[in-house]
Amino acid sequence: MTVRHHVNDDLLFDYAAGRLSESWSIAIATHLALCQDCREREARMNSLGGLALQSLEPAAMADDALAACLCRIGGVEPEAAEARPRASAPKSEPPLFPRPLQDYVGETLADVRWRTVGGGVRQSLLATHDGARARLLCIPAGEPVPEHGHRGLELTLVLAGSFGDGEHTFGRGDLAIADETVEHLPVAGRGADCICLAVTDAPLRFKSWLPRLVQPLMRI
Amino acid sequence: MRQLADSETRSLEDDLIAIAERQDQEAFARLFQHFAPRVKAYMLRGGADAAAAEDVAQETMVTAWRKARLYDPGKAAASTWLFTIARNLRIDRIRRERRPEPDPNDPAFVPSGDLPPDAALRQSENSDAVRRAIDDLPQVQREVVLLSFYEDEPHSVIADRLGLPLGTVKSRIRLALKKLSEQLDAESYGEDK
Repeated sequence: MTVRHHVNDDLLFDYAAGRLSESWSIAIATHLALCQDCREREARMNSLGGLALQSLEPAAMADDALAACLCRIGGVEPEAAEARPRASAPKSEPPLFPRPLQDYVGETLADVRWRTVGGGVRQSLLATHDGARARLLCIPAGEPVPEHGHRGLELTLVLAGSFGDGEHTFGRGDLAIADETVEHLPVAGRGADCICLAVTDAPLRFKSWLPRLVQPLMRI
Repeated sequence: MRQLADSETRSLEDDLIAIAERQDQEAFARLFQHFAPRVKAYMLRGGADAAAAEDVAQETMVTAWRKARLYDPGKAAASTWLFTIARNLRIDRIRRERRPEPDPNDPAFVPSGDLPPDAALRQSENSDAVRRAIDDLPQVQREVVLLSFYEDEPHSVIADRLGLPLGTVKSRIRLALKKLSEQLDAESYGEDK
Protein backbone atom coordinates (compact mmCIF):
# COMPACT_ATOMS: atom_id res chain seq x y z
CA MET A 1 0.00 0.00 0.00
CA THR A 2 1.62 3.21 -1.16
CA VAL A 3 0.37 6.72 -0.76
CA ARG A 4 -0.12 8.19 -4.22
CA HIS A 5 -1.71 11.55 -3.57
CA HIS A 6 0.45 13.87 -1.51
CA VAL A 7 0.26 17.20 0.22
CA ASN A 8 1.42 19.99 -2.10
CA ASP A 9 4.32 22.36 -1.42
CA ASP A 10 2.00 25.28 -0.59
CA LEU A 11 0.27 23.52 2.28
CA LEU A 12 3.32 21.65 3.55
CA PHE A 13 5.37 24.84 3.61
CA ASP A 14 2.67 26.69 5.55
CA TYR A 15 2.55 23.77 7.98
CA ALA A 16 6.35 23.72 8.41
CA ALA A 17 6.45 27.49 8.88
CA GLY A 18 3.79 27.19 11.58
CA ARG A 19 1.28 29.36 9.74
CA LEU A 20 -1.37 26.74 8.96
CA SER A 21 -4.26 26.73 11.42
CA GLU A 22 -5.46 23.83 13.53
CA SER A 23 -8.09 22.12 11.35
CA TRP A 24 -5.90 22.01 8.25
CA SER A 25 -2.91 20.96 10.31
CA ILE A 26 -4.77 17.86 11.52
CA ALA A 27 -5.09 16.68 7.92
CA ILE A 28 -1.44 17.44 7.12
CA ALA A 29 -0.11 15.85 10.34
CA THR A 30 -2.21 12.72 9.74
CA HIS A 31 -0.99 12.49 6.16
CA LEU A 32 2.60 12.84 7.40
CA ALA A 33 2.09 9.97 9.84
CA LEU A 34 1.15 7.81 6.86
CA CYS A 35 3.69 9.08 4.31
CA GLN A 36 7.45 8.95 4.82
CA ASP A 37 8.18 10.80 1.57
CA CYS A 38 6.30 13.85 2.77
CA ARG A 39 7.99 13.63 6.17
CA GLU A 40 11.30 13.97 4.35
CA ARG A 41 9.99 16.95 2.44
CA GLU A 42 8.86 18.51 5.71
CA ALA A 43 12.26 17.85 7.31
CA ARG A 44 13.84 19.77 4.46
CA MET A 45 11.50 22.71 5.00
CA ASN A 46 12.28 22.61 8.72
CA SER A 47 15.94 23.01 7.76
CA LEU A 48 14.92 26.21 6.01
CA GLY A 49 13.26 27.24 9.26
CA GLY A 50 16.50 26.53 11.12
CA LEU A 51 18.34 28.68 8.66
CA ALA A 52 15.74 31.43 9.01
CA LEU A 53 16.22 31.30 12.78
CA GLN A 54 20.02 31.50 12.39
CA SER A 55 19.68 34.50 10.10
CA LEU A 56 17.68 36.64 12.52
CA GLU A 57 19.26 39.65 14.15
CA PRO A 58 19.58 38.57 17.83
CA ALA A 59 17.37 40.40 20.34
CA ALA A 60 19.04 40.97 23.72
CA MET A 61 17.77 38.72 26.49
CA ALA A 62 17.13 39.99 30.02
CA ASP A 63 20.29 40.19 32.16
CA ASP A 64 19.20 37.39 34.47
CA ALA A 65 17.73 35.16 31.73
CA LEU A 66 20.52 32.57 31.63
CA ALA A 67 20.69 32.39 35.42
CA ALA A 68 16.91 31.91 35.57
CA CYS A 69 17.08 29.06 33.04
CA LEU A 70 20.05 27.38 34.75
CA CYS A 71 18.02 27.52 37.93
CA ARG A 72 15.06 25.84 36.21
CA ILE A 73 17.12 23.04 34.69
CA GLY A 74 19.34 22.47 37.73
CA GLY A 75 18.93 18.88 38.89
CA VAL A 76 16.41 18.15 36.12
CA GLU A 77 17.38 15.08 34.14
CA PRO A 78 16.43 15.26 30.45
CA GLU A 79 13.47 13.04 29.63
CA ALA A 80 14.25 9.53 28.42
CA ALA A 81 13.73 8.99 24.73
CA GLU A 82 10.56 6.98 24.25
CA ALA A 83 11.33 3.46 23.08
CA ARG A 84 10.45 3.08 19.43
CA PRO A 85 8.38 0.06 18.48
CA ARG A 86 10.87 -2.46 17.08
CA ALA A 87 10.60 -2.90 13.35
CA SER A 88 11.12 -6.65 13.72
CA ALA A 89 8.28 -7.04 16.20
CA PRO A 90 5.29 -8.86 14.75
CA LYS A 91 2.96 -6.21 13.47
CA SER A 92 -0.53 -6.18 14.73
CA GLU A 93 -3.09 -4.33 12.66
CA PRO A 94 -2.06 -0.65 12.73
CA PRO A 95 -4.56 1.64 14.41
CA LEU A 96 -7.15 3.20 12.10
CA PHE A 97 -6.46 6.68 13.43
CA PRO A 98 -2.90 8.00 13.57
CA ARG A 99 -2.16 9.92 16.78
CA PRO A 100 -2.67 13.46 15.56
CA LEU A 101 -6.24 12.44 14.73
CA GLN A 102 -6.77 10.25 17.82
CA ASP A 103 -6.42 13.38 19.92
CA TYR A 104 -9.66 14.62 18.37
CA VAL A 105 -11.79 11.57 17.57
CA GLY A 106 -10.75 8.91 20.10
CA GLU A 107 -8.64 5.80 19.78
CA THR A 108 -10.85 3.51 17.77
CA LEU A 109 -13.85 3.60 15.47
CA ALA A 110 -16.04 2.63 18.41
CA ASP A 111 -15.13 5.91 20.14
CA VAL A 112 -16.48 8.06 17.31
CA ARG A 113 -19.85 9.70 17.92
CA TRP A 114 -21.54 9.68 14.54
CA ARG A 115 -24.51 11.64 13.30
CA THR A 116 -26.43 10.64 10.21
CA VAL A 117 -26.52 13.27 7.48
CA GLY A 118 -28.62 11.45 4.87
CA GLY A 119 -27.89 9.00 2.08
CA GLY A 120 -26.41 6.63 4.65
CA VAL A 121 -23.52 9.06 5.13
CA ARG A 122 -22.45 9.70 8.71
CA GLN A 123 -20.27 12.45 10.07
CA SER A 124 -18.59 13.50 13.27
CA LEU A 125 -17.41 17.07 13.75
CA LEU A 126 -14.02 17.61 15.38
CA ALA A 127 -13.72 20.25 18.07
CA THR A 128 -11.34 22.73 16.45
CA HIS A 129 -11.12 26.44 17.10
CA ASP A 130 -9.82 28.10 13.97
CA GLY A 131 -12.96 28.85 11.99
CA ALA A 132 -12.35 26.02 9.52
CA ARG A 133 -14.36 22.85 9.88
CA ALA A 134 -12.89 19.37 10.27
CA ARG A 135 -15.13 16.33 10.19
CA LEU A 136 -14.84 12.59 9.96
CA LEU A 137 -17.07 11.13 7.26
CA CYS A 138 -18.22 7.56 6.81
CA ILE A 139 -19.60 6.83 3.34
CA PRO A 140 -21.19 3.40 2.74
CA ALA A 141 -19.29 1.20 0.26
CA GLY A 142 -20.25 1.96 -3.33
CA GLU A 143 -22.36 5.00 -2.39
CA PRO A 144 -21.86 8.55 -3.60
CA VAL A 145 -21.30 11.51 -1.35
CA PRO A 146 -24.10 13.95 -2.20
CA GLU A 147 -22.84 16.14 -5.03
CA HIS A 148 -21.29 19.31 -3.76
CA GLY A 149 -19.12 22.18 -4.76
CA HIS A 150 -17.34 24.27 -2.17
CA ARG A 151 -16.66 27.90 -1.69
CA GLY A 152 -13.06 27.45 -0.60
CA LEU A 153 -10.43 24.82 -0.09
CA GLU A 154 -11.34 21.25 0.80
CA LEU A 155 -8.88 18.60 1.99
CA THR A 156 -9.96 14.97 2.17
CA LEU A 157 -7.70 12.38 3.76
CA VAL A 158 -8.70 8.73 3.42
CA LEU A 159 -8.30 6.51 6.49
CA ALA A 160 -10.14 3.36 5.41
CA GLY A 161 -11.71 2.11 2.20
CA SER A 162 -11.37 4.40 -0.78
CA PHE A 163 -13.19 6.89 -2.91
CA GLY A 164 -12.97 7.94 -6.53
CA ASP A 165 -13.81 11.33 -8.01
CA GLY A 166 -14.20 10.13 -11.58
CA GLU A 167 -10.55 10.82 -12.33
CA HIS A 168 -8.50 9.38 -9.48
CA THR A 169 -8.88 6.81 -6.73
CA PHE A 170 -7.88 7.73 -3.20
CA GLY A 171 -6.93 5.10 -0.59
CA ARG A 172 -5.58 5.16 2.95
CA GLY A 173 -3.17 8.01 3.46
CA ASP A 174 -4.05 9.73 0.18
CA LEU A 175 -4.87 13.41 0.40
CA ALA A 176 -7.31 14.97 -2.06
CA ILE A 177 -7.01 18.74 -2.47
CA ALA A 178 -9.93 20.55 -4.10
CA ASP A 179 -10.79 24.22 -4.43
CA GLU A 180 -13.94 26.03 -5.50
CA THR A 181 -13.27 25.33 -9.15
CA VAL A 182 -13.80 21.61 -8.56
CA GLU A 183 -17.32 20.29 -8.85
CA HIS A 184 -16.86 16.64 -8.06
CA LEU A 185 -18.92 13.58 -7.33
CA PRO A 186 -16.95 11.39 -4.98
CA VAL A 187 -18.08 7.77 -4.79
CA ALA A 188 -16.90 5.34 -2.13
CA GLY A 189 -15.13 2.22 -3.41
CA ARG A 190 -17.17 -0.97 -3.44
CA GLY A 191 -14.99 -3.04 -1.15
CA ALA A 192 -15.55 -1.27 2.17
CA ASP A 193 -17.08 1.79 3.76
CA CYS A 194 -14.92 4.84 3.18
CA ILE A 195 -13.83 6.65 6.31
CA CYS A 196 -12.13 9.95 5.69
CA LEU A 197 -11.25 13.23 7.31
CA ALA A 198 -12.61 16.26 5.45
CA VAL A 199 -11.53 19.83 6.18
CA THR A 200 -13.26 22.82 4.63
CA ASP A 201 -13.05 26.55 5.20
CA ALA A 202 -16.67 27.00 4.27
CA PRO A 203 -19.74 24.88 4.84
CA LEU A 204 -20.18 22.25 2.15
CA ARG A 205 -22.71 23.28 -0.46
CA PHE A 206 -24.78 20.27 -1.38
CA LYS A 207 -26.60 20.34 -4.69
CA SER A 208 -29.57 18.07 -4.19
CA TRP A 209 -32.54 19.58 -2.45
CA LEU A 210 -32.79 17.22 0.50
CA PRO A 211 -29.34 17.70 1.98
CA ARG A 212 -29.72 21.44 1.47
CA LEU A 213 -32.83 21.42 3.65
CA VAL A 214 -31.10 19.55 6.45
CA GLN A 215 -27.79 21.35 6.04
CA PRO A 216 -28.44 24.07 8.63
CA LEU A 217 -29.74 21.47 11.09
CA MET A 218 -26.83 19.10 10.69
CA ARG A 219 -24.11 21.78 10.59
CA ILE A 220 -22.60 20.21 7.53
CA MET B 1 29.86 5.94 24.40
CA ARG B 2 31.43 8.78 22.52
CA GLN B 3 33.87 11.01 24.25
CA LEU B 4 33.77 14.60 23.18
CA ALA B 5 37.04 16.36 22.86
CA ASP B 6 36.79 19.80 24.37
CA SER B 7 38.21 21.44 21.31
CA GLU B 8 37.34 23.92 18.63
CA THR B 9 35.56 21.15 16.72
CA ARG B 10 32.79 21.43 19.29
CA SER B 11 29.56 22.44 17.62
CA LEU B 12 26.07 23.37 18.70
CA GLU B 13 25.10 19.79 17.83
CA ASP B 14 27.78 18.50 20.22
CA ASP B 15 26.41 20.77 22.91
CA LEU B 16 22.97 19.20 22.58
CA ILE B 17 24.54 15.74 22.81
CA ALA B 18 26.52 16.80 25.89
CA ILE B 19 23.26 17.83 27.56
CA ALA B 20 21.63 14.52 26.67
CA GLU B 21 24.58 12.42 27.84
CA ARG B 22 25.95 14.27 30.85
CA GLN B 23 23.59 17.13 31.62
CA ASP B 24 26.35 19.54 30.75
CA GLN B 25 25.32 22.99 32.00
CA GLU B 26 28.21 24.73 30.25
CA ALA B 27 27.02 23.28 26.96
CA PHE B 28 23.56 24.60 27.82
CA ALA B 29 24.97 28.05 28.49
CA ARG B 30 26.67 28.08 25.08
CA LEU B 31 23.47 27.01 23.34
CA PHE B 32 21.58 29.65 25.28
CA GLN B 33 23.96 32.44 24.28
CA HIS B 34 23.62 31.48 20.66
CA PHE B 35 19.96 30.63 20.32
CA ALA B 36 17.96 32.43 23.01
CA PRO B 37 18.40 35.92 21.48
CA ARG B 38 17.47 34.57 18.05
CA VAL B 39 14.43 32.78 19.39
CA LYS B 40 13.41 35.99 21.13
CA ALA B 41 13.74 37.85 17.83
CA TYR B 42 11.63 35.15 16.19
CA MET B 43 8.88 35.61 18.80
CA LEU B 44 8.96 39.38 18.36
CA ARG B 45 8.57 38.97 14.61
CA GLY B 46 5.59 36.72 15.30
CA GLY B 47 3.79 39.53 17.09
CA ALA B 48 4.71 38.80 20.72
CA ASP B 49 5.36 41.73 23.05
CA ALA B 50 8.81 41.99 24.64
CA ALA B 51 7.84 40.23 27.88
CA ALA B 52 6.13 37.32 26.14
CA ALA B 53 9.01 36.99 23.66
CA GLU B 54 11.48 36.82 26.56
CA ASP B 55 9.35 34.22 28.38
CA VAL B 56 8.86 31.98 25.38
CA ALA B 57 12.54 32.22 24.40
CA GLN B 58 13.49 31.02 27.90
CA GLU B 59 10.84 28.31 27.69
CA THR B 60 12.30 27.17 24.36
CA MET B 61 15.75 26.73 25.91
CA VAL B 62 14.40 24.87 28.94
CA THR B 63 12.41 22.62 26.60
CA ALA B 64 15.59 21.94 24.60
CA TRP B 65 17.24 20.76 27.84
CA ARG B 66 14.33 18.54 28.79
CA LYS B 67 14.03 16.97 25.33
CA ALA B 68 17.75 16.81 24.50
CA ARG B 69 17.67 13.00 24.42
CA LEU B 70 15.15 13.11 21.56
CA TYR B 71 17.60 15.10 19.44
CA ASP B 72 19.10 13.02 16.63
CA PRO B 73 22.13 14.71 15.04
CA GLY B 74 21.80 12.37 12.06
CA LYS B 75 18.45 13.87 11.21
CA ALA B 76 18.65 17.58 11.87
CA ALA B 77 21.03 20.41 12.58
CA ALA B 78 20.75 21.96 16.05
CA SER B 79 19.27 25.11 14.50
CA THR B 80 16.57 23.07 12.75
CA TRP B 81 15.66 21.25 15.95
CA LEU B 82 15.56 24.48 17.98
CA PHE B 83 13.43 26.06 15.27
CA THR B 84 10.79 23.32 15.55
CA ILE B 85 10.63 23.74 19.34
CA ALA B 86 10.36 27.52 19.02
CA ARG B 87 7.77 27.30 16.26
CA ASN B 88 5.56 24.97 18.29
CA LEU B 89 5.82 27.15 21.38
CA ARG B 90 4.98 30.21 19.30
CA ILE B 91 1.78 28.52 18.12
CA ASP B 92 0.95 27.28 21.61
CA ARG B 93 1.87 30.31 23.72
CA ILE B 94 1.61 33.30 21.41
CA ARG B 95 -1.14 32.27 19.03
CA ARG B 96 -2.81 30.01 21.61
CA GLU B 97 -3.67 27.31 19.12
CA ARG B 98 -3.02 23.62 19.00
CA ARG B 99 -0.35 22.21 16.74
CA PRO B 100 -1.26 18.70 15.53
CA GLU B 101 1.99 16.82 14.85
CA PRO B 102 2.91 13.33 13.72
CA ASP B 103 4.43 11.22 16.51
CA PRO B 104 7.36 8.97 15.50
CA ASN B 105 6.31 6.46 18.16
CA ASP B 106 2.79 6.15 16.77
CA PRO B 107 2.08 2.49 15.93
CA ALA B 108 0.12 3.80 12.93
CA PHE B 109 3.30 5.41 11.57
CA VAL B 110 4.06 4.19 8.08
CA PRO B 111 7.75 3.80 7.33
CA SER B 112 8.69 3.73 3.71
CA GLY B 113 8.83 0.41 1.96
CA ASP B 114 10.78 1.68 -1.04
CA LEU B 115 13.61 3.71 0.39
CA PRO B 116 17.03 2.08 0.61
CA PRO B 117 18.22 1.21 4.13
CA ASP B 118 20.70 4.07 4.01
CA ALA B 119 17.86 6.53 3.42
CA ALA B 120 18.97 8.12 6.67
CA LEU B 121 21.76 9.62 4.60
CA ARG B 122 19.24 11.45 2.50
CA GLN B 123 17.28 12.56 5.53
CA SER B 124 20.29 13.98 7.24
CA GLU B 125 20.75 16.79 4.78
CA ASN B 126 22.94 18.91 6.86
CA SER B 127 22.38 22.56 7.30
CA ASP B 128 25.38 23.28 5.07
CA ALA B 129 23.69 21.73 2.04
CA VAL B 130 20.48 23.62 2.73
CA ARG B 131 22.42 26.81 3.33
CA ARG B 132 24.29 26.41 0.06
CA ALA B 133 21.05 25.73 -1.74
CA ILE B 134 19.29 28.76 -0.30
CA ASP B 135 22.32 30.96 -0.94
CA ASP B 136 21.99 30.04 -4.59
CA LEU B 137 18.40 31.27 -4.72
CA PRO B 138 17.68 34.62 -6.33
CA GLN B 139 17.43 37.29 -3.65
CA VAL B 140 13.71 37.91 -4.32
CA GLN B 141 12.90 34.24 -3.69
CA ARG B 142 15.05 33.98 -0.58
CA GLU B 143 13.34 37.04 0.84
CA VAL B 144 9.81 35.64 0.66
CA VAL B 145 10.87 32.24 2.00
CA LEU B 146 12.53 33.76 5.08
CA LEU B 147 9.66 36.21 5.60
CA SER B 148 7.23 33.28 5.55
CA PHE B 149 9.00 31.83 8.57
CA TYR B 150 9.24 35.10 10.46
CA GLU B 151 5.84 36.63 10.03
CA ASP B 152 2.87 34.93 11.58
CA GLU B 153 0.61 36.39 8.95
CA PRO B 154 -1.04 35.25 5.75
CA HIS B 155 0.87 35.57 2.52
CA SER B 156 -1.47 38.41 1.55
CA VAL B 157 0.06 40.53 4.33
CA ILE B 158 3.57 39.67 3.19
CA ALA B 159 2.49 40.63 -0.33
CA ASP B 160 1.26 44.01 0.94
CA ARG B 161 4.48 44.58 2.83
CA LEU B 162 6.64 43.84 -0.19
CA GLY B 163 4.28 45.78 -2.46
CA LEU B 164 3.75 42.70 -4.61
CA PRO B 165 0.64 40.96 -5.92
CA LEU B 166 -0.30 37.92 -3.83
CA GLY B 167 0.17 35.63 -6.81
CA THR B 168 3.78 36.81 -7.16
CA VAL B 169 4.57 35.97 -3.54
CA LYS B 170 3.05 32.52 -3.91
CA SER B 171 4.81 31.78 -7.17
CA ARG B 172 8.16 32.93 -5.77
CA ILE B 173 7.77 30.55 -2.85
CA ARG B 174 6.81 27.71 -5.18
CA LEU B 175 9.78 28.38 -7.44
CA ALA B 176 12.13 28.57 -4.48
CA LEU B 177 10.90 25.27 -3.01
CA LYS B 178 11.12 23.56 -6.37
CA LYS B 179 14.64 24.78 -6.96
CA LEU B 180 15.75 23.80 -3.46
CA SER B 181 14.42 20.28 -3.69
CA GLU B 182 15.92 19.76 -7.14
CA GLN B 183 19.32 20.90 -5.95
CA LEU B 184 19.22 18.90 -2.70
CA ASP B 185 17.99 15.78 -4.51
CA ALA B 186 20.84 16.08 -6.96
CA GLU B 187 23.35 16.48 -4.14
CA SER B 188 22.12 13.64 -1.96
CA TYR B 189 21.82 11.20 -4.83
CA GLY B 190 25.33 12.22 -5.85
CA GLU B 191 26.64 11.47 -2.34
CA ASP B 192 24.80 8.15 -2.10
CA LYS B 193 26.09 7.10 -5.51
